[in-house]
Amino acid sequence: MSQDLILDAHNLKQHYDVKQGLFQPNAVVKAVDGVSFALAKGKTLAVVGESGCGKSTLGRMLTMIETPTAGELNFIGQDLLSLSKDQQKQLRQKIQIIFQNPYGSLNPRKKIGAILEEPLVINTSMGKAERKAKALAMMAKVGLKTEHYDRYPHMFSGGQRQRIAIARGLMLDPEVIVADEPVSALDVSVQAQVLNLMMDLQQEFGLSYVFISHDLSVVEHIADDVMVMYLGKVVEHGSCEEVFTQPKHPYTQALLSSTPQLSADKRRQRIKLEGELPSPLNPPDGCAFHGRCQYANDRCRIETPALRCQANQHLIACHAVEEERLTPYDGAA
Amino acid sequence: MSLLSVNHLNVVFRQRHQDLQALFDVSFSVSRGERLAIVGESGAGKSILGYSLVNLLSKPGVIDSGSVKFDGRELTTLTARQWQEIRGKKIAMIFQDPMITLNPVLSVGDQMVEAIRSHTRINYNDAKKLAIEKLAHVRISSPAQRFEQYPHELSGGMRQRVIIAIVLLLRPEIIIADEPTTALDVTIQAGILQLLKQVCEDNGVALILITHDFGVVSRIAERTIVMYAGRIVEQGPTLEIINDPQHPYTQGLLNALPQMALPGQRLNQIQGNMPALNNHPSGCAFHPRCPYATDKCRENTPGFVFSGVSTVACFAIEDMLAEFDPEGGWQGEVEDE
Repeated sequence: MSQDLILDAHNLKQHYDVKQGLFQPNAVVKAVDGVSFALAKGKTLAVVGESGCGKSTLGRMLTMIETPTAGELNFIGQDLLSLSKDQQKQLRQKIQIIFQNPYGSLNPRKKIGAILEEPLVINTSMGKAERKAKALAMMAKVGLKTEHYDRYPHMFSGGQRQRIAIARGLMLDPEVIVADEPVSALDVSVQAQVLNLMMDLQQEFGLSYVFISHDLSVVEHIADDVMVMYLGKVVEHGSCEEVFTQPKHPYTQALLSSTPQLSADKRRQRIKLEGELPSPLNPPDGCAFHGRCQYANDRCRIETPALRCQANQHLIACHAVEEERLTPYDGAA
Repeated sequence: MSLLSVNHLNVVFRQRHQDLQALFDVSFSVSRGERLAIVGESGAGKSILGYSLVNLLSKPGVIDSGSVKFDGRELTTLTARQWQEIRGKKIAMIFQDPMITLNPVLSVGDQMVEAIRSHTRINYNDAKKLAIEKLAHVRISSPAQRFEQYPHELSGGMRQRVIIAIVLLLRPEIIIADEPTTALDVTIQAGILQLLKQVCEDNGVALILITHDFGVVSRIAERTIVMYAGRIVEQGPTLEIINDPQHPYTQGLLNALPQMALPGQRLNQIQGNMPALNNHPSGCAFHPRCPYATDKCRENTPGFVFSGVSTVACFAIEDMLAEFDPEGGWQGEVEDE
């Protein structure tokens, strides 16, 4: 990973205090607890996990919507967290976010033109004509027509709205796009259109994506690196190919085996997961996954496994993998 | 004999200036214990179809013409009171969002007992026993405790299990499940699908699964109906349709799945969008998006033909079949491309 690093994070944490009642001490929810990664230019890092694993919180930290409680976040070598407000504002333009729900993320009272130009009004000194020209050019790039400039969001379908959201994200020529479940609200045929658009734009502008998703089939398609999260921690991190063909962590294996597959021969023997994601208010001791893991032993219940490199920069946090207690993963059983 | 048969069902939304038709001439049947999937994207009319089967269409939607027969009995002409005997007891429905289905101010137990007691004469303690038994049946841990809990204390997957338990209480003969797992995580989804399949098998219940996800369909359904813009475009055995889709829309839908393209390559997309109700294309509704569309498709609505794999409404297939056999019948050697 010696290519030009765009974004790298070290031990990012986001802890929230939660009031438990007047006389009780505040509890701490560790929404994201020590996440590190490095994202190279033009690459896509996918963050995968079930609801409540902290993947969206991570996205919000990367775009500085929320300030991490601890850790380090570098954008082309500059530590974003130690900069002044002004400098942060400048760099923030380079990291944009696309949200899941295209119905909620566009202001219903503004025309598309105004929505697209707003970032320019706030962040640049461009004149009116210049802004309009740029908005129209961007609309053409994402496959919207010129006449859409004067329309309101409710006049568009879900897929078109997501195109608008993408166009807005690109208005300030960002380097990194954090896409938080960008296609999960869309139908399959429209999902394909939007994913294709995102891949085209990545090529054209050399964008780097942080692609947050729960849909493994989409991730397998679009990602270069995959990071699997469970209850605020990274449990497995490796190249897309490694993670999908040789998933090591029992949670990743279960997740993969649960993804609906069309053809019977690609379908994996389903690994049943007992129970559900534990409450982040009261996480289990040791490995957070031990309650649902078939390989859990006493060590897993007491000692939290560290993220260790197993092979080819494939990072796994699991005692069972380390001690080679796992039965070999049969991809297509 | 089929348990539920739908014939030429047309559903219309009456508007002041025009009527918007949501379902066009939908016909299909479900046999006892069969698991059928209805697949389509948003706007295809699959949920409207589900609602019209149990008379839950909300105004201004009405069944304009056509019949729905359950066990030989016509359902479209029933009164509200007669429906109470059918809905829940014979035909049950499971919705996408369990939090909307469950009453937030009643405990799980109270809702279950209410469901039993509104349909059968039974005292509270017996009903409670039955309810706890059903909770155990849907593999909810410590059912006696869950019985006392409120919906907000349960997780999404657990709530959907509770609903399945409630549905099973009345021993329905058909369960209509409208996107039952869409709001759930994949690991939970797999468990719920497995459960649904199993309870249907164990109790001989027929299942109509309404979904947009072919992956879900392949796991659970024996037969599949594909809908587009208010019409059935293809129906047949699930595996055959998935392995060899006939209708250009079904092909497009399956090809658009990320699994169907090599990683990093462009996905196969279908151009355009599902038409809106007030902008229904003439002829075959799919023709503006169809790579094989001809003038015939633009003007006429295709009827159903058996392609050797499934029953399809498509002129392109019809023409292809006719080429193989001048008499117009099916000869058995239909290959794609």
